[in-house]
Amino acid sequence: MPFRRKRTDWQSLVSTAATGVMTFSVVAMVGVILGNIVWNGAAQMSLHFIFGGTKEGMFDAAHAGVFPMIFGTVALVVLMTLGVLPVGVITAIYLSEYARSTSAVTRVIRGAINNLAGVPSIVFGLFGLGFFVQFVGGGIDKVFYGGQLNYGKPALVWAAATMAVLTLPVVIVATEEALRAVPKGLREGSMALGATKLETIWRIVLPQALPGVITGAILAVGRGAGEVAPIMFTGAAYFLAHLPSHLSDQFMNLGYHVFVLSTQSPDIERTKPILFGTVLVLLMLTFLLNLAGVIVRARIRARARQANG
Amino acid sequence: MNNGCGTPQAGALSGRATLAEAILRRKHRWGEWLVERGIFMVSLSAILMIFLIFIFVGREALPVALGRTNNARIQKPIVAAEIPRLSPEKLAAYLGMTVADLKTYDADTLRQLVELKGQELQDIGNPDARINTTSWNMMTEPYRWHGYDKPEFIWQPVSEIPKFNIIPLIIGSLKATLVALLLSVPLGVGAAIYVSQLARPSVRETVKPAIELLSGIPSVVLGFFALIVLATMLQTVFGYESRLNAFVAGVALGLTVIPIIFTISEDALSSVPKAFTHAALALGASPWKAAWQVVLPAAVPGVFAACVLGFGRAIGETMVVLMASGNASIVSGSIFDSCRTLTASIAAELAEVVFGGDHYRILFLLGALLFAATFLTNLLGDVVVHRLKLKLEGSR
Repeated sequence: MPFRRKRTDWQSLVSTAATGVMTFSVVAMVGVILGNIVWNGAAQMSLHFIFGGTKEGMFDAAHAGVFPMIFGTVALVVLMTLGVLPVGVITAIYLSEYARSTSAVTRVIRGAINNLAGVPSIVFGLFGLGFFVQFVGGGIDKVFYGGQLNYGKPALVWAAATMAVLTLPVVIVATEEALRAVPKGLREGSMALGATKLETIWRIVLPQALPGVITGAILAVGRGAGEVAPIMFTGAAYFLAHLPSHLSDQFMNLGYHVFVLSTQSPDIERTKPILFGTVLVLLMLTFLLNLAGVIVRARIRARARQANG
Repeated sequence: MNNGCGTPQAGALSGRATLAEAILRRKHRWGEWLVERGIFMVSLSAILMIFLIFIFVGREALPVALGRTNNARIQKPIVAAEIPRLSPEKLAAYLGMTVADLKTYDADTLRQLVELKGQELQDIGNPDARINTTSWNMMTEPYRWHGYDKPEFIWQPVSEIPKFNIIPLIIGSLKATLVALLLSVPLGVGAAIYVSQLARPSVRETVKPAIELLSGIPSVVLGFFALIVLATMLQTVFGYESRLNAFVAGVALGLTVIPIIFTISEDALSSVPKAFTHAALALGASPWKAAWQVVLPAAVPGVFAACVLGFGRAIGETMVVLMASGNASIVSGSIFDSCRTLTASIAAELAEVVFGGDHYRILFLLGALLFAATFLTNLLGDVVVHRLKLKLEGSR
């Protein structure tokens, strides 16, 4: 056999080239999509477009502004982060610092997190409507407002709550990764000096893992800013004349607006410029956040490899 | 900021003091114990959420799932004399109103309403009006409707006789998912093999984040891209008739699935011990042969799990198919025909239904089916990945 190895191994060569072509065609697709959107969207960018509101002619390029949608999206992700961060971080602390990886409870928790990450986003929408809007919101109205309709309808706070449930796995996974990347020696050193386990976590481990916690939050925000299906029935509005001022108000949202513009417009050619502009704004928001998350995460992984390897 | 934390100086001064301190502190540990219990309780929230989703989606779907609903337009007419003997619930259902509404009417008005209803029922000439279209039979089997010449599967929830056959939606979902997987499995797995086994490290470090960034593009943006740009492009290339169809939706859907299949396959391939590759190379195999005949077979369960999870993601994806599939609920074998998926039906119709009505409950039933499908695929994927991990760690 070894004598014949001198001949060119065409099969290997062709196959390697084929997988290489596959890889770069995926990268090329990403490039084409982004390039197309940036190219077409850049023309629409102006201060008026970003900071202007939509009063009349929502589908008309000359009047359109996306400020209400940016405001709604930001309000949504801020509320969502307030909800998801504590729960996600505490769960991650339990999984990385306390849980025994072999115990049944830990496996069930991990299974639940994985499953939560795989639940279709539209099911979160149904859940948000059935649980938050009707059950919790309806309950609040019954108890505190004597049945008057306040919270028992789609609202900013319920959309944020739904989105918090959806992004919970993202925060948990990112935070746990960061916690595990903190060298064992630091924990042992702290315990050896007489600190309790909780003190060690609070004063030593958590500060060290802070970049990872922030990454988790960033990734969650990136996800939350782009998801549309969960908020369609829990709070997003087709059109509102005023910015939301209260938790029980509905809101406009960039992603939902992209959907509305591209499917409801009476004249798609005239709407196209705003559509590309809105998509570009949405992409800049989610993409920059994701990029930041990916970079910080890669650094943490490299550090973990050094610390544990 | 030094409350409770043992100071290092104390230990240096006297061993006895620290011991006493430790004993003293131990007494106060119940506070920490409480906090640690709290951490444990919070960590159960993911389980709680899965449970709540199950309960609250299932709850709305239950009456239909158990066959407790009946939406036949013609039921046995109620005679006015029977009114006092009937339960308010039954009377309300018969008249198509809530019990609360019913109580606002006096006996005389009620009698008139019942008579009107009886009149109305007699006037309906459509034989389909006798059918309970929310029964499982009507939802899953073809039926020859009045005016049709052969039995058909029809999803037509808003019409005089609402038709809730879910087969067209399931076929639509499967069609789009199939196209998506045909595109994303070869590309995702091929890219994973290349990046994890064959590429130079510098190439790997740039290509991997680039593909992972694809998962950062919101699905509504991919839906928009498919609708505005891709649909026209593909129609020019392939020359099919309907601009929006299962094929366009499937291609765009494939873009959302590629990063999932790529990431999980790449993880599985990378976790195969390097010794496998080294041994193969030492025996004279080319890098490709080592990857294809040694590493890939060892990682096959992981690649399989990647495909299963990709399937779960594709069938649950909403915005892309809602925008790019054309949404016509027809049963057809061609991928170049428009299709309506389970997810798109929920998204498009839920905003316009009566809360608590049959249509509303059936949409929740679709959601419950989707939840069950993805729950099972996730479970399967999880188990496979877990087994693979144990196997590879054992062989190290």
